[in-house]
Amino acid sequence: MTVTEKILARASGKDRVQPGEVGFVSVDKLMMHDVSGPGVIKVLNEWEKKGKKLDHIWDPEKVWIAEDHFVPNADKVSAENIMTLSRWSKRFGVTKHFKYGLGQYGICHTLSHEEALVLPGQVYVAGDSHTNTTGALGAFAAGLGHTDIAYVLMYGEIWLKVPETLLFKITGTKPNYVMAKDIILKIIGDIGTEGANYKTMQFSGDVVERMSMDERLTLTNMTTEAGAKNGIIEPDSVTESYLRERTTAPYSKILGDSDAKFSEIFHYEIDKLEPTVAKPFSPGNTTAARELQQVEVDRVYIGSCTGAKFEDLQAAAKILKGKKVKVRTEVLPAAQSIYLKVVNQGLANIFIEAGALVGPPTCGACCGAHMGVLGEGEICVSTTNRNFPGRMGDVKSKTYLASPLVAAASALRGKITDPRDILE
Amino acid sequence: MTSIRGKVHKFESSNIDTDVIVPGQYLKIHDPKELAKHAMEGIDPEFPKKVSAGDFMVCGNNFGCGSSREHAPIALSTVGIKAILAPSFARIFYRNAIDGGYLLPIEIEPETLSKIRDKDVLEINLSQNKIMNITNNESYKMVPFPDLVSQIVEAGGLIYYRDGKKR
Ligand code: SF4
Repeated sequence: MTVTEKILARASGKDRVQPGEVGFVSVDKLMMHDVSGPGVIKVLNEWEKKGKKLDHIWDPEKVWIAEDHFVPNADKVSAENIMTLSRWSKRFGVTKHFKYGLGQYGICHTLSHEEALVLPGQVYVAGDSHTNTTGALGAFAAGLGHTDIAYVLMYGEIWLKVPETLLFKITGTKPNYVMAKDIILKIIGDIGTEGANYKTMQFSGDVVERMSMDERLTLTNMTTEAGAKNGIIEPDSVTESYLRERTTAPYSKILGDSDAKFSEIFHYEIDKLEPTVAKPFSPGNTTAARELQQVEVDRVYIGSCTGAKFEDLQAAAKILKGKKVKVRTEVLPAAQSIYLKVVNQGLANIFIEAGALVGPPTCGACCGAHMGVLGEGEICVSTTNRNFPGRMGDVKSKTYLASPLVAAASALRGKITDPRDILE
Repeated sequence: MTSIRGKVHKFESSNIDTDVIVPGQYLKIHDPKELAKHAMEGIDPEFPKKVSAGDFMVCGNNFGCGSSREHAPIALSTVGIKAILAPSFARIFYRNAIDGGYLLPIEIEPETLSKIRDKDVLEINLSQNKIMNITNNESYKMVPFPDLVSQIVEAGGLIYYRDGKKR
């Protein structure tokens, strides 16, 4: 069995499971945020009105709440949603509620690893499509909608179809200025935005083994954009030392069997991979950054669960150091803990001296919510993960998805730029 | 609910995502009637006016990709859509539609897509996994639901399935 199959077998109390099997699995961790949470609470309230007894939830210890999409409150409705969430977590005794302006908070998929809220071998479901991100820790992590999350909150289990696994073996020497973002954009460009529908994307190979956790998380984050049910990387020494710095909680390191069956194996030899960009309006619409060097941009957005982890910001700072941006540039660290490091390690100075804005952790303009929403016709180079029409604002705005290195280089020239053309 | 009949609204394109079905700026809204006013706004702002209760949508591959927002099936079902037929669906949209009991995501064969036209009237027979095109007398296959899923559909949603009751 693959690692995903072994986790699901464990969670369904079986010795073996096979791809295609449909059944219930028990859940170890659950998250909802300020967009999905109020929707989930509405479902629960309706069930209560129809006579369901709802004096407690399945397990308040296993549930955590993030405030991230419309915070700091973008308007009155967002404020009400945050109040609804707070009343709910108080009523049901959920103490892991990360409130903005009250210590650590940030984008949900960033907190899940920064705070080690999910551990290897666990089944983690959450009310957000990029829940796949957390699979980089060796967990089964998948997004669900409101009704499903409400159901798990009550019963601690959910039905799933055991997915087939696609294995991506990434080998070779990673060229300078190529990041995990370039690799995953290249893969999505090749297999398409439904290339992994209903399936697992598992990553292995010497390039992945050498990757830091921040970089691995970029790979799994964007498996959602290929339609995958989950993305996963088997836990190893990188995972262990990452977790050791963050938690003392025990976990079992579940690995796939050596004779695991994959429905397909893709080999990527990346010695010649170039910085890659996804053009509007699809994450699968990829090309080399250098092909686009004539494209003028209005904005650069360095943010989100995909592209504002500490190492992403370090990469951007490496480019911006001692230089000035030519177009509006926003840098929004993905969590308060990262923001603090950005300040302590002098990165904030680099960004501000370069002329960029440094703002609080939030999903912000990644989903067109607030904090830099794009207007009609505006063109943005962004470290986020989606560029559908209207994703970051007006339906006639355009987003080019890129690595933090490409985004920062583009900020300096005001045109889409391969970082090698600035640094070499 | 073995057999349902409805008129088709056709959207040829593949990868119709949830940002098109309900744009991100409406995500903080949770009132179904308000959401319904914005159904499919990213492609056709007039759409809500064109739909009568019980209508179907026929769409390209990977319908409902993008975010996990349940706003999408809620908006479509509140506007009156009873079933969506497409060669494939994004998984979260598919689950939301079934588990919330909002509408039926029906998987059709890729070649069927071009055979169904806008405004055709279809009859979907769930017990026989068959689709009849009343307008031109053709019939098409639908991909059967797995057993558990079909029981959830039958019950009218996941919570009704749990309780062993029907909606
Ligand atoms: S940063 Fe963007 S992709 Fe990540 S959770 Fe927020 S809205 Fe979703």
